[in-house]
Amino acid sequence: MTADVAESPTALADRGELALDLPESYLAAGYTLRSWLTSTDHKRIAILYAISITLFFFIGGAAATIVRLELFTPKADVVGADTYNKLFTLHGVVMVWFFLIPSIPTTLGNFLLPLMIGARDMAFPKLNLASWYLNIAGGILTASAMLAGGIDTGWTFYVPYSTVFSNTAVSLGVLGVFVSGFSTIATGVNFIATTHTLRAPGMTWFKLPLFVWAMYTTSLIFVLATPVLAVTLLLVLAERLFGLPIFDPARGGDPILFQHLFWFYSHPAVYIMILPAMGVISEVITCFARRRIFGYTFMVYALVAIAVIGFFTWGHHMFTSGMSPFAALVFSFLSFIVAVPSAIKVFNWTATLYRGQIGFESPMLYALGFVGLFTVGGLTGLFLASIPIDVHVQDTYFVVAHFHYIMVGASVSAYFAGLHFWWPKVTGRMYPETWAKFAAILMFFGFNLTFFPQFIAGYLGMPRRYHVYPPEFQVWNVLSSSGAAVLAAAYLMPLGYLTWSVFFGERARNDPWNASGLEWRTTSPPPRENFLGKPEVLAMPYNYHPEGAPPIKDQPRIPAQGSLT
Amino acid sequence: MFSWLMPEQASVQAPRVDAIFLGLTAISAIIVLLVVGLLVTFSIRFRRGSKANRDELPSLVSREFEIGWTVATLFVFVFIFWWAASAEIGAFVAPKDAIEVHVVAKQWMWKTQSSNGAREINELHVPVGAPVRLILTSQDVIHSFYVPAFRLKRDALPDQQTETWFKATKTGTFHLLCTEYCGTDHARMLGRIIVLEPEDYARWLSAQPEGDDLAHQGERLFTARGCAGCHAPGSAVHAPDLAGIWGREVQLAGGRTVTADGAYIRDSILQPKRDVVAGYEPIMPSYAGLLSDGEIQELTAYIRALGSGPRASRRLGEPPLSSRVPGGPEERSPAMVPGAPVADTPTPAGPPTRR
Repeated sequence: MTADVAESPTALADRGELALDLPESYLAAGYTLRSWLTSTDHKRIAILYAISITLFFFIGGAAATIVRLELFTPKADVVGADTYNKLFTLHGVVMVWFFLIPSIPTTLGNFLLPLMIGARDMAFPKLNLASWYLNIAGGILTASAMLAGGIDTGWTFYVPYSTVFSNTAVSLGVLGVFVSGFSTIATGVNFIATTHTLRAPGMTWFKLPLFVWAMYTTSLIFVLATPVLAVTLLLVLAERLFGLPIFDPARGGDPILFQHLFWFYSHPAVYIMILPAMGVISEVITCFARRRIFGYTFMVYALVAIAVIGFFTWGHHMFTSGMSPFAALVFSFLSFIVAVPSAIKVFNWTATLYRGQIGFESPMLYALGFVGLFTVGGLTGLFLASIPIDVHVQDTYFVVAHFHYIMVGASVSAYFAGLHFWWPKVTGRMYPETWAKFAAILMFFGFNLTFFPQFIAGYLGMPRRYHVYPPEFQVWNVLSSSGAAVLAAAYLMPLGYLTWSVFFGERARNDPWNASGLEWRTTSPPPRENFLGKPEVLAMPYNYHPEGAPPIKDQPRIPAQGSLT
Repeated sequence: MFSWLMPEQASVQAPRVDAIFLGLTAISAIIVLLVVGLLVTFSIRFRRGSKANRDELPSLVSREFEIGWTVATLFVFVFIFWWAASAEIGAFVAPKDAIEVHVVAKQWMWKTQSSNGAREINELHVPVGAPVRLILTSQDVIHSFYVPAFRLKRDALPDQQTETWFKATKTGTFHLLCTEYCGTDHARMLGRIIVLEPEDYARWLSAQPEGDDLAHQGERLFTARGCAGCHAPGSAVHAPDLAGIWGREVQLAGGRTVTADGAYIRDSILQPKRDVVAGYEPIMPSYAGLLSDGEIQELTAYIRALGSGPRASRRLGEPPLSSRVPGGPEERSPAMVPGAPVADTPTPAGPPTRR
């Protein structure tokens, strides 16, 4: 590397930008609908996913809005019992399988994984496109279940209610989730193969950005856990459609077996939602603190540990179902152990800020909010791992509040952090920063107002999935519903200003945040082949300041992480 | 203080759960304050361009530091596990002298029946200070029996029995809620637990119309369904005599032994070929599908009444078995017929009535 490069923060990027013979960006590679729907470009597929999950996010959000509206009073005054049951089922199914699980991996992951490791595309570009079509096929099946009258089982499809007693379109919805499961398996296989085979020269495993590690560990869960869900859902279909006695106790089946199988997938699925979020936060916090990540290797091992131990804690969903007390103790113990690596990550993010040069651009606001909300969500997980407390709060609003802190407070905050952070790279445009900061702050307060009262209502004994409730819980529900209105506004704002920025936003520079990752060492938006030259990796990730030297204000970018040559 | 933030404590278990809950809340609050405090402090002190010292990190802040807080976290978490688990282990087994209450859940009502014969719908009267053992089952889907004031919850599973127990420490009326989603009127599957002073309870019990207790109903079933044809003493068929087997070890064919408890009686009725008593032929037909859960409970109660096992001792204040006059079982509480139109308002348990 020549000395003059280091003197100007954006020397390399500017040189590339000034050249007029740049290859066209991936966005300019075709403007027809066909050019998008048949594209095998991982960046275009990421956009396709972004559009579909945004649609599902607002469908699920609309259902949640009506649910919160209904809960404003103890009586049933907006919707009746059956409609309410269908609404919360719709909210759960759509949000879990068609928004949260695909959210960060299929959008940011699809877009960034090849860029971050210096690859030109995924290992299997056609499989990548096929996975989107599978996801859409599953989404259409589930949406048609909605049109066919809805499903009233809850997103957990507990038997024997779902297989024998429910008169709603359960089969169609289950089939939709089954199909979309293959989409995530395909994505997982693709990410694993890409990470193993397509890393640029010099990009060793322990030079991978933590976001790539997060995608890799998430993919392991995709590939190992989702087939169990597929089997379980097939058994549900077999019992419901063909009357094969598998779970129905009246014919010798075991309904608890279903719960074991279901949670063997669905507990690791929680880590599918949170590991990618951890990856995003590691990228954002280092960039805006201008520091190397504190304890890189511990952060990697923590991701791996969460992914592995997360497979052995499913039983804590069933403490009140009548499992052996000794099995319950083992699951309780493992649930405490899995919290340790999560705690380490929180400490390391905090320590990364120490002696940094911290800026408060909107991605960083989301990231700081993430750390706070994730801490609350994680600690309340310890309450639920304690058997006596779990017996009291199982299936109450305490549980609802806990998993929303993790899955919405943490994961969705991280998704928005990543969306804003990489928006210039993805679209080539800057978004209006003031609006973004306002939305980030509004989202944090709206979220806490919505979900913190639910911890109290839950401990007081308000069960979940109640559309009418004893009047003494009303005050907490009014607080929660008011917060939901704020939260809805905060979620609609990015939809507005980000869309606006695509057409009218200021042109983005190649590396507007002066960040260190390989994905910034190309044009914004990147060309079809991702890089102009062959990237080569020379140093550790998060190379924001020389090793052993403190970060200074306006630290020139150290061009060692990658090059365009 | 803060009583509006905590549910009422009305059982032996409640203050124990609350102690763990408050302890965990305190630990969590400290951790949250620590993390948020550090985030805010660092954010202000090390904001971009501030004059704060950013010299090289002290050498202490390195791997040792990392190992240190990993071990500290592990220690704290394992300590909480031990604390919560030891409280749980202490509450596993119901006291031997507990009043036995059979609970049958169905869409969308609770049927309770004490071993002393009192039958109720969506209500359960119990005396204060006496341990009560609940034996739960369901006639359709999974339900969950939840009494927040007792910190008590247990799922009622179809065709299986689950157990739990409680000891009320306070008189009054408390919510009984269903917490496992069970269909349309899940939110209306509510009931009341009414805890009375022992003398009030005795008065309430004596005011109940004379009904059958479980054992007497079981006795009639024993004859009506043909069990007596083989199992009665002096029967021509070679079948085990059931008198006195309750609670005893039974020698099985194949050398195993099993305790004759509710689960074993149930299995023997539904799957008689599975655990055959040593010295008998496997000739008994299965009664699966022929007997309802309630009938199996009645037969079980009858067999228990025949036996002299530890659980069969008569309970204080309860009339002897022979004093009960047979008669049709009447359900006293306002019946909730599934599917019938219900007023679209919740049925609150009302304020606790203390005495």
